[in-house]
Amino acid sequence: MTTDYPFEAKPENGDLKTVGTSAVRIDGLDKVSGAAEFVDDMDFGPGLLHAAIVESPHAYARIVSIDTSKAEAAKGVVRIATGEDFPYKFGMYMEDRYIFAQDYVRFVGEQVAGVIARSHREAVQAAKLVEVEYEVLTPLLDPRGAVADGAELIHPDLEDYTHVPWFFPQTDTNIAHLRKIRKGDTEKAFAEADYVLEDTYHVPRYAHCAIEPHVTVSKLDQADRLTVWTASQSPHTQRHLFAEALAPLGFTHKDVRVITPYVGGGFGGKAGVSMEILGAAMATLVKGRPVKLRWTREQEFYNTYQRQGVVAELKVGVMNDGTITAVEHKLYWDAGAYVEYGANVVNAAGLSATGPYRVPNITNDSLCIYTNLPPGGPYRGFGYSEFHFGLESHMDRIAEAIGMDPVEFRRKNAIVEGDELAYGASMNPSGMLEAIDKTAEAIEWGVEEESDNPNTVIGKGLALFWKAPAMPPNSSSASFLKFNEDGSINITVSGMELGQGYLTVMAQIAGEVLSVPVEKIRVETPDTDRNPYEWQTVASHVTWSSGLAVEKAAIEARGKIFDVIHQVYGYEDDSLYLEDEAVKCRTDESFSKPLRDFVIDGIQTEDGTWRGGPIVASGKFMPEFTNANSDPETGQGGHPNVHYTVGATGVVLEIDKDTGRIWVRKAALAVDAGRAINPDLVNGQITGGLVQGLATVLYEDMRFDENGKLLNPNFTDYKIPTAFDIPDEIIPIIVEVPQPDGPFGARGVGEHTMIGAAPVIANAVYNALGVRIKSMPITQEKVAMAIIEKFEERAE
Amino acid sequence: MNLTIKVNGEEWALDVAPADVLLDVLRERIGTKSPKIGCERGDCGSCTIIMDGRTVRSCLVLAVEADGHEITTVEGISYDGISELQTLFLENNSFQCGFCAPGIVLSATELLENNPNPTRHDVQEALAGNLCRCTGYEPIIDAVLAAGEGGSE
Repeated sequence: MTTDYPFEAKPENGDLKTVGTSAVRIDGLDKVSGAAEFVDDMDFGPGLLHAAIVESPHAYARIVSIDTSKAEAAKGVVRIATGEDFPYKFGMYMEDRYIFAQDYVRFVGEQVAGVIARSHREAVQAAKLVEVEYEVLTPLLDPRGAVADGAELIHPDLEDYTHVPWFFPQTDTNIAHLRKIRKGDTEKAFAEADYVLEDTYHVPRYAHCAIEPHVTVSKLDQADRLTVWTASQSPHTQRHLFAEALAPLGFTHKDVRVITPYVGGGFGGKAGVSMEILGAAMATLVKGRPVKLRWTREQEFYNTYQRQGVVAELKVGVMNDGTITAVEHKLYWDAGAYVEYGANVVNAAGLSATGPYRVPNITNDSLCIYTNLPPGGPYRGFGYSEFHFGLESHMDRIAEAIGMDPVEFRRKNAIVEGDELAYGASMNPSGMLEAIDKTAEAIEWGVEEESDNPNTVIGKGLALFWKAPAMPPNSSSASFLKFNEDGSINITVSGMELGQGYLTVMAQIAGEVLSVPVEKIRVETPDTDRNPYEWQTVASHVTWSSGLAVEKAAIEARGKIFDVIHQVYGYEDDSLYLEDEAVKCRTDESFSKPLRDFVIDGIQTEDGTWRGGPIVASGKFMPEFTNANSDPETGQGGHPNVHYTVGATGVVLEIDKDTGRIWVRKAALAVDAGRAINPDLVNGQITGGLVQGLATVLYEDMRFDENGKLLNPNFTDYKIPTAFDIPDEIIPIIVEVPQPDGPFGARGVGEHTMIGAAPVIANAVYNALGVRIKSMPITQEKVAMAIIEKFEERAE
Repeated sequence: MNLTIKVNGEEWALDVAPADVLLDVLRERIGTKSPKIGCERGDCGSCTIIMDGRTVRSCLVLAVEADGHEITTVEGISYDGISELQTLFLENNSFQCGFCAPGIVLSATELLENNPNPTRHDVQEALAGNLCRCTGYEPIIDAVLAAGEGGSE
């Protein structure tokens, strides 16, 4: 298996001093002291202008006319932008969006015009004066309806859209991309199976709810330099898309600069490009003046990416001994009005919709369906959270039907190293079985618990999860590293500190190689002019990918350090090593040369001349073993995913039999981090991701009316967890089966911790009450209704 | 309208409009950026400040209502080194993105002033008005409980 990996540049993995320790975050003091600066906190002087957006009130309509005359005359207004100013398409994986709407609007909230004014208040007031006449059309809101025969086409020009080669748009339909997997003979396997279970599961849309709203400040200076300060997970991708979309205005990549200070939470919502392009484009109309565009909390809900809804039709066949023989998974994604990013969510889910199981016969269809709802896009879990709900519910049901313990059933079928994946490549090393066992132990699986309270019952559940980074096969990371006079280090990278602790982890990796403590390493947030390339901070890939780039830079720096010592003292490079910020020699115990003595000024030789000079280094990483070329009909032939991270989630919950109220008494989550570079930060991902996942199943969901308008775009009506809404106890469990090509064996864990949360609640509710709920969220009301229904069934 | 307020020990005299919100005045006129704009309707607690010893959501307070009052933000408690509570938050890696941190530091500071030895339930109640999407609250609650028990030593 490991022969798949060409990358072997590993430092000695023995006695680690920095990697594997719970170092204090290097951004911690900034954050507890209020020093951390976010985009909205930056000062741009009295010339700062403010923008407000005119939005469509209709889910689907033709724009008949736009009259900006009244708004132009309003106090403080500097300039108004409409689609006529920017008739340019853009998109991450498929160019299906315009900066401002052209002719048609396709969701409630779509940007029709933008007002730039001298104050925020004046911009908002003037935006209300822009008069837009619409011819209202009937919206398509249901994905299965949108693929029915005769459905109107939301994007009639779909076949002309530019897209990545691994997308397969279905001409003359609303299917923007169809990811198919065909492996083995599913039909035959179902015919021969001892037991087949078929059912449908429903998952609604969800909002990221980062506490910092999207915000961007853009300025085109007098020398035609466009700078964008933005709250983004993707500075280089943003620069690329701005430069491409605005190329007709004469921009090249070097003319566009994206600067990203601290970001107040992302969860996928600040990946790619969404509202930021409005600010960048509008700034080109008011040369010399910075323009700020900040989303309100309402806009944050209805005009950024949303997590797509899905209807999952699932059929699984097993033998009496518990062996899974076939999976057929049809995923109908409500991908929204524009799928430039969301189509890749659909793709990723389609590749992996068997879940973490060994399945010889597979039929997966993952359909990216245009609807007249807001654009779907990346959200922590990237499609996996959605399909795991049905899949892991299904696994419990099958185990029960064939009389097998659901944990034993999962253990028997869990995919392990070397097993063949749905698309033909083989599975990477993983600690799945250890994760299952430790999770089951933590929740005392198999031990029945009775509540002391006669009105409540206790239930237990367990669910597995897996996820691979979904990225283009040539997604890359790079790093620059330089020493300072005192032996401290500055590192520049372009991964984004979203809160996950990325900066700290990069410092720990470099510090380990160079024997420099984390406190002496500064890692800065990105500026595309100065920091080297990073594709995006998404896909839980930066610890792995950017970590490898930093590790390589550190190894290069170490090599340069040894070269200087060799030149001056004659020791062979392979006899040298670094320890406690000094170069030491295995063949001469008396030798010790502190780094601070020479990493800038070099070393003076006996004749008075100097050797060495500033130690600087760079590193890069691209996963050269992947490719996205596969047969469109079968999905076979490529190696689209670099590796999977796996794990298990378990809960013990208590339910009030009369009211349906659920308390999560205990939650355990085991994830295979390969190697936890910083265990405290991995635990942070476990706790945070688990709570975010539990919220999607216990109370969150987006509600739309029959006209496609979002009904709950605020924190009162879309409730996210408060400090009260968490499990009584969370048990984080770190499994470490090293990733052979990872930095010190590490792989990503950021998204994975939320994936098992929804099905584990469904399974525990069933365990407690004997009722199976097949649609998310599993609210108190839904549970109470199910209890009543079950009671009535019994009475009959 | 004339407004006189004391912010982190320093007195300010400003001319404000009747509709100006205290949060905007703190951020744009006084340059105190730690209270954040998160929802502008009192749901998220990112704009939490301490006014006359009590936490308030500065997005729900008109600037003129703060006339004659004394305001503390997280900058004000960090000039001369961070507090024991902040140190515990730091050492416990309590925050992730840190956007909610200024508000939570102040809510927890207020709690500990009124109740030096809070229970887990007390801490949850005191923080229930400050939304955090990253952490699941556990590492935050742990640090506040540790502060209540006498700190990190």
